Amino acid sequence: MPFTPVVLTTDALLFLLLAAAGGYAWYARRREHLRAPWRQVARSRLGMMAAVVLCAYLLVGIADSFHLRLRIAQPDAQAAVRYSPEVLSLLDLATGHLRDAVEKTYSAPFAATLYVRETVTTPDGTVARVYPRLRHAATHLDDPERQRLGDVLATAATGALQGIALWALAVALLLYGLARSGRARWRTVLRQVARDELAVPWRLMLITAGVLIAGAFMLANLSFTYHVFGTDKVGQDVFYQTVKSIRTGLLIGTLTTLVMLPFAVLLGLVAGYFGRWVDDLIQYLYTTLNSIPGVLLIAAGILSLQVYMANHPQRFESFAESADLRLLFLCLILGVTSWTGLCRLLRGETLKLRELEYVQAATAFGVRHLGILTRHLLPNVMHVVFITVALDFSGLVLAEAVLSYVGIGVDPSMNSWGNMINQARLEMAREPVVWWSLLAAFTFMFALVLAANLLADAIRDAFDPRLRSVP
Amino acid sequence: MTAYLVRRLLYAIPILIGVNLITFTLFFVVNTPDDMAHLHLGVKHVTPEAIVNWKRERGYDQPLVYNAGGEGIAKLTETILFNKSISLFAFRFGASDTGRDIGYDIRQRMWPSLAIALPTFLVGILVNITFAMLLAFFRATYIDVWGVVLCVIMMSISTLFYIIAGQYLIGKLWHLVPISGYDTGVDAIKFLVLPVLIGVVHGIGSGTRWYRTIFLEEINKDYVRTARAKGLSELRVLFRHVLQNALIPILTGAVVVIPSLFMGSLIMEAFFGIPGLGSYTINAINQQDFAVVRAMVFLGAVLYILGLIMTDIAYTLADPRVRFE
Repeated sequence: MPFTPVVLTTDALLFLLLAAAGGYAWYARRREHLRAPWRQVARSRLGMMAAVVLCAYLLVGIADSFHLRLRIAQPDAQAAVRYSPEVLSLLDLATGHLRDAVEKTYSAPFAATLYVRETVTTPDGTVARVYPRLRHAATHLDDPERQRLGDVLATAATGALQGIALWALAVALLLYGLARSGRARWRTVLRQVARDELAVPWRLMLITAGVLIAGAFMLANLSFTYHVFGTDKVGQDVFYQTVKSIRTGLLIGTLTTLVMLPFAVLLGLVAGYFGRWVDDLIQYLYTTLNSIPGVLLIAAGILSLQVYMANHPQRFESFAESADLRLLFLCLILGVTSWTGLCRLLRGETLKLRELEYVQAATAFGVRHLGILTRHLLPNVMHVVFITVALDFSGLVLAEAVLSYVGIGVDPSMNSWGNMINQARLEMAREPVVWWSLLAAFTFMFALVLAANLLADAIRDAFDPRLRSVP
Repeated sequence: MTAYLVRRLLYAIPILIGVNLITFTLFFVVNTPDDMAHLHLGVKHVTPEAIVNWKRERGYDQPLVYNAGGEGIAKLTETILFNKSISLFAFRFGASDTGRDIGYDIRQRMWPSLAIALPTFLVGILVNITFAMLLAFFRATYIDVWGVVLCVIMMSISTLFYIIAGQYLIGKLWHLVPISGYDTGVDAIKFLVLPVLIGVVHGIGSGTRWYRTIFLEEINKDYVRTARAKGLSELRVLFRHVLQNALIPILTGAVVVIPSLFMGSLIMEAFFGIPGLGSYTINAINQQDFAVVRAMVFLGAVLYILGLIMTDIAYTLADPRVRFE
């Protein structure tokens, strides 16, 4: 094999999470009471638009989660198979041209030259201060000053056209699928979608997807010949860093939830159901954890991990592994600080449900505690879980940036928006200003968080029983 | 009321013990003092004497929980648990790992912290309530819809963006206020304006939305309809009836903010170079000064519990029906 797969811990957990989500979808598919609120989410216009954007992020994140190590080419065919120590992901393979396109230092977006002057000796002996040409961008242009704008527009247009072609294919497939499942003629479906007559806002979703695909193709096409978002201090492509950061942001938002969910659900249910000393104990537990300011608990945890890693360097095979462990630990400790809110909500909800007739009836029929907890209480508090998880996601993504600034976020060698902002922050004091790193990181983060917020609102509206009862 | 307060204060003790146990475990059991010494002195090229010295200078050379070599009560008092953890209850913070008196530093640095956190908090509440009242007044119109959309957009922007953009625009381009720094007395105001402004703007999105929900919940109640039926003007209904009755959830919301106030000012102080408790903590984290982090964890927990108790007192003032048993 030309490569060997590597499964980092966070990869495994992400796949586990996806499998759990898939399992839930399969389970809920045939149960009308579970499907109904999701169907309402699917009718929300803003919510579904946000969902399309989130899907785009998720695809990049998943592509970045299949890791592997390439085989080292050896001249001798008999030699033992050896693999490069560098851990790459599928996304890295697809964006290899960006990873290797390292310049000397800063360059602006779409620039053909560096951002700083250098002293150059021309062949005839004169010394001049000029902006040297970039090594990996706009190399095909003879006179960048004149040709650049036209070339950029042409490349972008080509990319956009390719994207639209792909999109049209996807739309055709979707219409075919809709027609098949609805047993309608595809012309009818096309008309319904175009006039937005279906319950699910397909037209809006397709337009969003179209814009995203065209934009992605445009950026990808441009990235072969330009640094679309410029380069940073050590000359790395900012576009590459931004895209690589997507996985970190997604993982922080989702793994934290995965880590805290079992504790929060179990303890919240048990506290509300059994009451008395169990309740007191669990309440004491979460009040104590809650009373430590979150950022300090995270600092304490991360500092402890740093001490541990500094003293046991031999336990970690590669940089990727230790960075991965730190990310996982950050998710763990973020989970510890954030499960208390959900736990308290679940306890309150269970307290209410415990007194309802159907639970009393189950008790009277002799159903065991475990049965009541899992069959009668858990499904009926799931809406609280969904709402909290959805609402927490965006906060976690934003928190990552702040924590990286304080120095207790993800590993400094890992690509993340927080690290990008942290490194670019000081450049605002430069004259002229280097703004592209900051803008790229903030824009990508903003789009993700805004989409998450909008979807979370749609989910809350659909699942909150207080809102549902209103006619 | 007094009995209730005393009980709440007593209830705080087990919580603080729990907090201390957590920090003790994290800093002394998971990582031994030897590990910490290695972190500061390096793993290789370090003599055992240097480590012993480092530990003795900072008082980490005692046994963790039980000192078999001591006599009588000293068996328990001459331990790390007693000297480093239990002593916090008497607010004896001891010396930091770099040798400074933590208690003195905290007393010096709490005033700049207060000077930034309190105005941010108060002005923030005022601004958020005003905007929320406006949205509630124009409810179910385009102003309301777009106001909420704007709130969601503002919520989705990172704090760091507000800070960096604010510093760049107001400080660097327009030269209205200094970018960072601090001064004593009245001169401090010009350093405080920008952080407070950014703190308030950053909170508008989530705050306004939160208060708007509260107001809309109240507005649909019977007493409001009665008030309108009496012929009161909409403004009078909003201010006299809705606002007063919404005070309880508003207070709850205010307490939820108190811990994040600490986190918020942490970043503000670091960015704006204000010598408060937040920047103190960040410096400690960056220099891996565990003694300071321990003290701040304890102090943070104390403040949080005090905040909770103060909310309960505020409840009784806002709503005479609330009685504590």
